[in-house]
Amino acid sequence: MKRRNFLVAAGAAFVAGCNRIAETDAGKSLLGAAEKWHEGAHRLLTDRTALAPEYPRSAISPYLRGNGSVDPQNGDYPRHAEEGFANWRLEVRGLVDTPLSLSLENIRKLPQRSQVTRHDCVEGWSAIGEWTGPQLSLLLDAASLREEAKFIVFRCADNLNGQDYYESVDLIDAYHPQTIVAHSLNGEPLPIRNGAPLRMRIERQLGYKHAKYLTAIEAVATLDEIGKGQGGYWEDRAGYQWYAGI
Amino acid sequence: MKRHALSTRLWHWLNLVCVVVLFMSGLTISNAHRRLYWGDWGFAAEQAWLTVPRFPDWMTIPGYYSLAVARDWHILMAWPFALGLLFMWIVMLANRHFKHDIVTSRKEWKPGAIRHDIVQHLKLDFDHDGGKYNFLQKLAYGLVLGVFLPMMVFTGIAISPGMEPTFGWLVELLGGRQSARSLHFIFAFAIAAFFVVHVVLVILAGPYRQIRDMITGGREG
Repeated sequence: MKRRNFLVAAGAAFVAGCNRIAETDAGKSLLGAAEKWHEGAHRLLTDRTALAPEYPRSAISPYLRGNGSVDPQNGDYPRHAEEGFANWRLEVRGLVDTPLSLSLENIRKLPQRSQVTRHDCVEGWSAIGEWTGPQLSLLLDAASLREEAKFIVFRCADNLNGQDYYESVDLIDAYHPQTIVAHSLNGEPLPIRNGAPLRMRIERQLGYKHAKYLTAIEAVATLDEIGKGQGGYWEDRAGYQWYAGI
Repeated sequence: MKRHALSTRLWHWLNLVCVVVLFMSGLTISNAHRRLYWGDWGFAAEQAWLTVPRFPDWMTIPGYYSLAVARDWHILMAWPFALGLLFMWIVMLANRHFKHDIVTSRKEWKPGAIRHDIVQHLKLDFDHDGGKYNFLQKLAYGLVLGVFLPMMVFTGIAISPGMEPTFGWLVELLGGRQSARSLHFIFAFAIAAFFVVHVVLVILAGPYRQIRDMITGGREG
């Protein structure tokens, strides 16, 4: 028993030390820098268009688990769900020459990409599904992205714990061939659990980047003015890493 | 002639800090989803081969449940851990520490010799002539340096979705992302088991001298 107490005390002291380091300015910038080093290493080792693995349809998992919002009840969302999303609009706005407002019909008529990919949650689980939708690059080109645009922000209909969900990526991931605005999962319209009627697929990053219940795609020069400035709902709220490729 | 080279001593203590922080922050990450799977995917109890117990907060970094903070520590310490291991391997091959002290000879693999070594260990007789380490030590250090620690790096890379477009072959070799995650967990506990045995044997073999020598280098013989 004594030995266990010693172990607990040693563990607590070590953790307290780590937490004190994490609270200093130097500690904070070091912990933040490590994320940047990983992003840099990934960008260096991986071609900007290199694809995440795609699986045969036989690999699709029995269902696709949902995390975070799985049935939004805020604002207009319940009404849209009742209407079968017939009046849903997706805006493309911000630093673009030609802002767009698209219906689901418009989006389904664009050239489509289908991909059977693996969804990796930050918590550790994975599921495989077939996603279909137009490439984001198509929408950005149609709207004529301006030179100043550096990030693409995804606005979402769901409000989680009093804050609107949003996410963002840089232009490398925005223009990646597998980055699509998905409206279908396994050949069926997206279930509400998985982000109906539209969600992003950012295949080389973790699940929280794949914004669900998508209402707008916004081109911006900086993320400072968006939300609390960290680039996403979980980044603002809990300090999750903005680069979620690890 | 020092008993432990400067490179060995520097790496040993750096690696200790890395392994402890990585393990304790890893326990928080395990708490985020306490099931392990084989293959490419898995997310529910019916697919799991193991449900891991929830690790109490005192064992974890940051000492309370925060997946974000644990991940910060984990991905920070991954750097000195992986680069330190690479450094140790380069030095160990260059200065022949690996060849002289860790590589086993065929003679040592004879059942009689192994039995003798085990008996010596059980008798807590750690004096041995000929070579710095006895057979069981060589085997343990070889396994840790050559398999357990590198496997943490490889399985860690294989779990990262941003690495997969380049290292897809590695993910496949390991049997899929969820298999890589399971192996990451298994090797983490293999290292933890080594750590416990290592500390116990240091204590039994005379902790003052052992620890002093790993700091100052000590003297050969």
